[in-house]
Amino acid sequence: MQLDLRTVTIKPLRQTFSHVARRIGADKAASRYQEGTFDLQATMNFHYRPLWAPDYEIFDASRTAIVMADWYKLLDPRQYYYGSYTLARARMQEAAEADFALVEDRGLADSLPHAVRRLAMDLYLPLRHLEWGGNTNCMSLAAYGFGTAFTSPALFHAMDHLGMAQYLTRLGLVLGDEAELTAAKQAWVAGPEWQGLRKYIEDCFVMQDWFELFTAHCVVLDGLLFPLFFGEIDTHLAAQGGGAVLSMLTRFEAEWFIDATKWTNAVIKNAAGESAANKAQIESWIGTYLPLAQAALEGPARSAFGAEAPAVIEQLTEQFSARLAKLGVSTAQKG
Amino acid sequence: MDMPTTKKKLGIKERYALMTRGLDWETSYQPMDKVFPYAQFEGIKIHDWDKWEDPFRLTMDAYWKYQAEKERKLYAILDAFNQNNGHLGVTDARYVNTLKLFLNGISPLEYMAHRGFAHVGRQFPGVGPRVACQMQSLDELRHAQTQIHSMSNYNKYYNGLHSPTEMIQKVWYMSVPRSFFDDAYTAGPFEFMVAIGFSFEYVLTNLLFVPFVSGAAYNGDMGAMTFGFSAQSDEARHMTLGLECIRFMLEQDPDNIPIVQKWIDKWTWRGIRVLTLVAMMMDYMLPKKVMSWKEAWEIYFEENAGALFNDLARYGIKMPECAKQAFIDKDHISHQAWATFYQYSGISNFHSWLPSEEDKDWLSAKYPDTFDKYYRPRFEHWEAEAKEGRRFYNTTLPQLCQVCQIPMIFTEPDDPTQICYRESDFGGEKYHFCSDHCKHIFDDEPEKYVQAWMPAQQIYQGNCFPEGADPTAPDFNAVEEVLKYYNIHNGRDNMDYVGSEDEKNFAEWRQTSTKN
Repeated sequence: MQLDLRTVTIKPLRQTFSHVARRIGADKAASRYQEGTFDLQATMNFHYRPLWAPDYEIFDASRTAIVMADWYKLLDPRQYYYGSYTLARARMQEAAEADFALVEDRGLADSLPHAVRRLAMDLYLPLRHLEWGGNTNCMSLAAYGFGTAFTSPALFHAMDHLGMAQYLTRLGLVLGDEAELTAAKQAWVAGPEWQGLRKYIEDCFVMQDWFELFTAHCVVLDGLLFPLFFGEIDTHLAAQGGGAVLSMLTRFEAEWFIDATKWTNAVIKNAAGESAANKAQIESWIGTYLPLAQAALEGPARSAFGAEAPAVIEQLTEQFSARLAKLGVSTAQKG
Repeated sequence: MDMPTTKKKLGIKERYALMTRGLDWETSYQPMDKVFPYAQFEGIKIHDWDKWEDPFRLTMDAYWKYQAEKERKLYAILDAFNQNNGHLGVTDARYVNTLKLFLNGISPLEYMAHRGFAHVGRQFPGVGPRVACQMQSLDELRHAQTQIHSMSNYNKYYNGLHSPTEMIQKVWYMSVPRSFFDDAYTAGPFEFMVAIGFSFEYVLTNLLFVPFVSGAAYNGDMGAMTFGFSAQSDEARHMTLGLECIRFMLEQDPDNIPIVQKWIDKWTWRGIRVLTLVAMMMDYMLPKKVMSWKEAWEIYFEENAGALFNDLARYGIKMPECAKQAFIDKDHISHQAWATFYQYSGISNFHSWLPSEEDKDWLSAKYPDTFDKYYRPRFEHWEAEAKEGRRFYNTTLPQLCQVCQIPMIFTEPDDPTQICYRESDFGGEKYHFCSDHCKHIFDDEPEKYVQAWMPAQQIYQGNCFPEGADPTAPDFNAVEEVLKYYNIHNGRDNMDYVGSEDEKNFAEWRQTSTKN
């Protein structure tokens, strides 16, 4: 059954803005994602060069070795603009909040075996610093990247990392207290098992090519780290008697990675698909950072899996390579 | 192993500290000054970033929750407004020209603010200000996008709104707002915060954002009004951030005071010059006027900013010198600007018109010392000329001020019958300015301002023609080629409102929606 409600119809003069029509055709109505994304960033007639980076224009495509004929090919398949992004995160936040509330109200953390609770804190709490590092790196992408199609989701990514640093802080306050957070920071700064990751992330802080930074952090590191912590380690802790409690407290991170991968996959696929040179450059970066990320993750993986750690990381690397192969990018070591 | 069973309840402040500054660490694999390379070069001395007082304490989960709620409401109202042809309910289609000014001239600045705050949100070594700037970056993206979405429906029915992202980069008068933001973005991170966080968002926002939103409310535009009201709580956050940033810099080291004072002086004047467009909008473009520019200036600058600078006096900060000239200029700038757009509306993306008898009487009442004496005769002269079939379009490009990039239309502070000209020599060239204050800004950083992309000069140099245009061809029409480069549709986007497609369509559509 359909109701036929009538409204006064006026024929519009045009369907959308000129710059959007040039991309999608003048006869189509544009989506809010398209109108809120295409060509928002200036590309010409800049007035002054940055005092702090006089070699570059305000927005400058030459800040990366990747070359795109059109930077708006790097579209976000999630079609996030501010409104759709906040709505999507608000839904995830609501679910996470309900899980935190349940764990706290029922005192479920107290039901965890001591060893599991200890291990969970040892593994998850130092990660809040790594997530803050993720925020820092993604802010660089949002600031110095080229084209709104890429920089907007990069900012969303940065804010997501801040949010996850905060969720991990809350997890620390549910499982332990402030002193645990202090101890975890000490472990992050000086504990031998974390130094590989800390060095990896600090090296990312000073990286100049933003697409290289994106590849090193968002693709390679996160591509191994999230499946390790919120997949393998989560399963391991559950099996050790943690049940669903810890999965509830890290639900946001696990769901986030699924969502985030849609974007990172699309960027890699479209950038690598643009030219053989882009593909070779991305593969070369992956060739550099994949072994470094594997080595960096070994410390925390050992805390969970002991001697099995290298095998776990190897298995995650295979999954990662299969994921990248589907995007047309090989992770095989060259030469 | 001890597991506490009863925990100390953390206060909001302590909890927020753990959620933000507790996350940071001193890097050691890479030196801190390489991680934050732009924190020192401006000469601002920060001894202890922990002295930063968080102006608001918002964690990301709360941010997503509140902001998503606002977005739900905003888009529901927009959808209803669009579905119901809400645009036909505005006072008069002349009103839509204020949206053309806003979408082309202001919304792209919101986007620039987003990128600028992303930059400082990456670069400040302190976690507190960094997180606050990141949230502002996200908010500014929201404002750019919600403004585009709110006005998208107007673009379907009215001319002059179709190419905001292109026009801000090309059209002559757009270089006024654009160079303002390019200037702030290219400065160091601390100057950016004084320029945008403080001078723009705190001191001047009531004179920029508010007149447009109030104008929308007064003229029946629920679409534009709704995004304005929806942005209000974001703006309140931005204002507290701007003020906290100033306080923090001033309290960290007395050596910061003269630097901050210099920036406040500069950015107050830069902002005031950009506001000329708003002044004109308020006095001439709104069919139903909210208040005069002069009244707005008196309330929001002379009273409110006056009180603010009284508060800042304890830090040794003084009201900028330029306020004295602005005090005189408030009686003049809106008239001078509209007279300019009337002459140049052949190359503008919105329509112009002469004030009606009723408008002129309103202006006389609001500007008793100046309108009848200096400006009414000018408009009446043009009216008489137009009646004789000699509607005056100025086809000579104006000389522009090298700093604010406004045509040299402003008069001497002590003589409203004389155009104010100032000049400086630099690198063997002469540069021109509209005022002592713009000259002063140039003289302080000439290397920066000589780089400016000056629209009039660019046209004369042949850089504003579409690709393939041949200026040596016998039938070459420079104005038409420039309009093509601007993507201004000649005869639709530009010239007089009376007789325009906008006027005709609005009348017809209103008829369709109200009569049988």
